[in-house]
Amino acid sequence: MASIAQAVRMALHYGETYLGVTDIFGEDVGPPLGGVFTVTQGLKTAWNTPLDERGIIGTAMGIAYAGGRPVCEIQFCDYALNVMDLLQVAGNQRWASGGEFDLPIVVMTPTGAGIRGSIYHSHSFESWASRLAGWKIVCPSNALDAYGLMIAAIKDPNPVFVLLPKALLRARDDRRIPGEPDDPDELSRMIDAPVGDRSNWQPQWPELQEYVVPIGKADLVREGADGTVICYGRLVPLCTQAADELARDHGHRFDVIDLRSIFPYDWPLISESVRKTGRVLIVNEDTEVTNFGEHLLRRVIDEHFYDLLVRPRTLLGKHVPGIGMNQVYETNSVPQLGDIRAALRELATDPA
Amino acid sequence: MSETNEEPPDFPPGPARRVARTAAPSVIRSGREVMSVELALTVFRQMIRTRALEERSIKMSKSGEAYFWIGGPGEEAFNVSLGLQVHKGFGPAYDYLHLHYRNAGVLLAMGMPMIDHVRQLAMRWTDPHSRGRNFVGHYAVRAWNVVPVTSVIEVQFAMAPGTARVQKRYGGEGITIVVGGEAGTAEGDFETCLNWSTRPGFELPVLMVVTNNRYGISTDIRSVSVEKEITARAAPYGIRAETVDGNDPVATWNALDRAMRYCRRERRPFLLEAMVSRLHGHSSSSGAQRDWNEVDVLANFEQMLIDQGAIDSATVKTLKDEARAEADAAVVAAMQEPQPTPADVYRFTYAPSPVDVVYPEDYTGLPGAC
Repeated sequence: MASIAQAVRMALHYGETYLGVTDIFGEDVGPPLGGVFTVTQGLKTAWNTPLDERGIIGTAMGIAYAGGRPVCEIQFCDYALNVMDLLQVAGNQRWASGGEFDLPIVVMTPTGAGIRGSIYHSHSFESWASRLAGWKIVCPSNALDAYGLMIAAIKDPNPVFVLLPKALLRARDDRRIPGEPDDPDELSRMIDAPVGDRSNWQPQWPELQEYVVPIGKADLVREGADGTVICYGRLVPLCTQAADELARDHGHRFDVIDLRSIFPYDWPLISESVRKTGRVLIVNEDTEVTNFGEHLLRRVIDEHFYDLLVRPRTLLGKHVPGIGMNQVYETNSVPQLGDIRAALRELATDPA
Repeated sequence: MSETNEEPPDFPPGPARRVARTAAPSVIRSGREVMSVELALTVFRQMIRTRALEERSIKMSKSGEAYFWIGGPGEEAFNVSLGLQVHKGFGPAYDYLHLHYRNAGVLLAMGMPMIDHVRQLAMRWTDPHSRGRNFVGHYAVRAWNVVPVTSVIEVQFAMAPGTARVQKRYGGEGITIVVGGEAGTAEGDFETCLNWSTRPGFELPVLMVVTNNRYGISTDIRSVSVEKEITARAAPYGIRAETVDGNDPVATWNALDRAMRYCRRERRPFLLEAMVSRLHGHSSSSGAQRDWNEVDVLANFEQMLIDQGAIDSATVKTLKDEARAEADAAVVAAMQEPQPTPADVYRFTYAPSPVDVVYPEDYTGLPGAC
């Protein structure tokens, strides 16, 4: 019953206790705050950095060169843009050095809209990240996957981005993380820092167990023959809800694929589903020009042109400079539940 | 004119280079700085080897054996002095080197065979630094803590606090050495290193080195920056700093010795600025012609050693001939070695991973691609 924020925190605790994580750091990551989204509260290796994203990524690289296992945070993915060159360098270190240097670093960052974050706290990062060859990029949509993907990211000896859908960070999973107490209130008492003075507070960690969601393995969260929906992160719950409503109201049933890994993505699962349904909708909230979803669309067309019954579709964020503060801006530029439901209905009913 | 323009123009002949003393001295003096003759001759020989390798490299870039040259002729005194004083080895007990692309002398002095430099220049699969993928001088030597050199200016200054942090925790005398030019100090990453190395209570053993040749490609530092000395940047952070004449090998050796000693023992940062020459311009893209208006550190050192009776002209000539022959042989051998093949394009992208179902061993092209 943990939230994604709690799940990531528990995975990081597991990482620093059992997997050799040496440093968890970033802006406001250490005490007293433990992260602006509380993701790093109570961790023994967490520390605060200067407000300097270039220093955060550079230092993570240096720690990894010297045999440490760093997990760092960019406070909002919007601020990863001023360190793109270093991210590119991080992705190429093994390739550029002909296999001499591995770079086991994990960078976690909240991504996407949905918390009324206005222009500078609502960007999506997956399309930018997908251009960083040499990286792996994961994006959970629920707490259990967040736990399993963070542990996978830590265990993987390559640079891994963990994109955390910020609108879902408080969302609770109805599944338990291995070792998590049954009562969510008890978990909160154990690992959530108290409001106010917390200088003497220590977390009581549950006896957590290892749980890995393999990188490159998607999750088929709904099954159906009337269409394939490919999504990840924040829009997974919305796509699932839309699919459930259409099944209930109209009898349309969809394969809903939660990618979980943006790169490498689970092409065999996508491919199998497209072959089965012949109808594809790719949904994400990133802006629509040179969107990662367009790459998937290209592969669907290239490799499944003759399997398609109707034109494949995308439902993506509008190509606008930002997401405005007034909700009119967000609801009219980022896919909403109604948009997804309408697109799915159209997908299922388009005459073949 | 030769391809590297390496012979001087018709200047009037200088004073004859001959031994002025009868008894060999035990030390070489430069102002107040002193160095043993034995050490001076070691440094001198490595400087000659470095120069010979660089000049042969420039020829390669012009002959079609290579596409591009960049390097450090004019910085030999600093580079060799650094390479000889590094605590060389693997892991945090030893020094980490975050170099830039003018540091051939560092690696040669550390013991890299010339052919490993040439293999990279000649883009061979046998290139141990990058498998023929990177520009020359972009070294990567895991066994010696030489982290991959990039062409992206100054990013190494953002990485240095990371290796130094691990060393601070580890203890011992290992330090992190980061080297860049003066133009790059305009990047924020230089300030990152100053700041992250001086977090209160967690100061880091980082030796920051700026080799100041006064130019960023074509731009005179004085036209874009008001600072007289880069070392002035250390003051707000309380970092100890020194500017040294990089064309004086004796002073440069001793300045490096003092700076390294301080970082090793105090576990705190130090900023060392070495004023150096740029004898062949920025790179082959600006022609790499010899600039005869620049002070030549190697010629000066040769004269100093002869004047003080530490060596004679015949021995100098022998050393230079040997170094040129060594460089020539390295080129001949490297050019026989295999090139990368199309099958090598993806190799070494990913380290083997037990948790990746798509790329458990290495990158193999797009996921699921046949």
